[in-house]
Amino acid sequence: MNIETNPQAQDAGGAKVRTGIADCDIHPSPRDFEKEVYPFLETRWQRYIESYGMVQRVGFMGGTQYPKGQPRASRRDSFPPGGGGPGSDLAFMRQQHLDPHNVELGVMIPLRVGQQILNIDLAIAICSAMNDWQIAEWTSQEPRLKGSILTAYQDAGAAVREIERHAGKDDFVQVSMLSRTPEPMGNRMYWPIYEAAAAAGLPVGVHAFGYGGTPVTGGGWPSYYMEDMMAHSQSCQALITSMVFEGVFERIPGFRLVIVEAGIAWLPALAWRLDAIWRKNRGELTAVKRPPSDYIRECIWLTSQPIEEPDTRQHLVDAIDWIGWDRVLYASDYPHWDFDDPQQVLPVKLTRAQRDNFFRDNAFSAYGLSDG
Amino acid sequence: MARHVVASVEEFDKTDRKLVQVKGRPIVVFRLGEEWFAMSNRCPHMGGSLCEGQLISLVEAERPGEVTMSREGEILRCPWHGWEFDIRTGQSRARPAAFRSRQHPVSVVSGAEAESVGNLETFEVRRDGRYVVVEI
Repeated sequence: MNIETNPQAQDAGGAKVRTGIADCDIHPSPRDFEKEVYPFLETRWQRYIESYGMVQRVGFMGGTQYPKGQPRASRRDSFPPGGGGPGSDLAFMRQQHLDPHNVELGVMIPLRVGQQILNIDLAIAICSAMNDWQIAEWTSQEPRLKGSILTAYQDAGAAVREIERHAGKDDFVQVSMLSRTPEPMGNRMYWPIYEAAAAAGLPVGVHAFGYGGTPVTGGGWPSYYMEDMMAHSQSCQALITSMVFEGVFERIPGFRLVIVEAGIAWLPALAWRLDAIWRKNRGELTAVKRPPSDYIRECIWLTSQPIEEPDTRQHLVDAIDWIGWDRVLYASDYPHWDFDDPQQVLPVKLTRAQRDNFFRDNAFSAYGLSDG
Repeated sequence: MARHVVASVEEFDKTDRKLVQVKGRPIVVFRLGEEWFAMSNRCPHMGGSLCEGQLISLVEAERPGEVTMSREGEILRCPWHGWEFDIRTGQSRARPAAFRSRQHPVSVVSGAEAESVGNLETFEVRRDGRYVVVEI
């Protein structure tokens, strides 16, 4: 295989067959919620939204706790020339991202709409509508793009029904949750969701953010957006720890987890510490038979963006050596402002196998897709 | 270094910037009043297109809470990760030694002079016009 992030290089490369990349974090959003999503919502929910809004576990109706790095948390060059917000125009997404970066598989994760709304029935309805929207506006029109099944995971039964409604469709490659859940992610209230995902052959993709109602760090509310971003590695370490020690990986064969947008280099150190504490204190646990690093190595993948940028770039290679080159999935986060360009993201010399894994093959393994 | 005519001055009547290609290289030209600046359009951090960036002021603080703004429009902020570059030197504010955008000398010449620059194939030069020349 000869993966190429720049299709124009094909001309210079002559007859070599070049293959596209997998981008495991792309954010589409409705250009017009009423026009695009209302058709999938019962009239009573349309009226409800107009009267009462979509209240989340956060103090602000129209935004997040912290101002983002750029307007709409997006690249300033990602606003489509024809109007609408970033990520709302398929033609422009093709032109700005999918085509020039040779994206062969783009995994969409819609954010900010549906999950963790306080009215659980509304959350269920909107997640369901957003899943139909992904098919209608995106996956049915662009075969390179695949969706994520949004679930109102506070209600596991409803989440399971939504997963089963879409199981087997090639429009979706994962079940979507957000990292800041109301209860730690290993809690048994969520197990039916993990079982349904495993039964459908889908991993659960946990994207950073979400509003669980608790502060974004274990020590309370920090002052700055930068701290909000850094706190993702903290919450993802906590959720992996919870899932390992509650026995999720032991209890649910075939369960796969993709951690999205929380950094990567912390994972080896977490696994070392979990192994050490497990050896000493595992009498406290009921269902953890193997060292935690075994489950992590077998069941967890991480997306790359926002990738660590050490001054000595080789340190990043060392970190991925420890994680495993079969475990890190390239992600751009398009159209968000902290976008990682595939041609710049790993400015170190890689072997062919490392490059193939990082940019493409790991994604096909993580999502259980046959290599096309 | 060779000089290249890249635009006429009138093209900047309604904009403060223009993206041009010189020898296949994307260069962004800025006009600040009567001053001209040109730099590589690729952000040295991760390749963001600098012509899409905002021109902002220099924001400094002697101590927390005492913020001053100066040099309006002279700091270019990348549209992606927000790296800020001094439009006069190309140096990044955050890491001046490590990240610098490549600057190119710019001048404005008369139509008569533009004819002697050489790289005219894409320009119809009027003798009474004024033209932007970038050196690469």
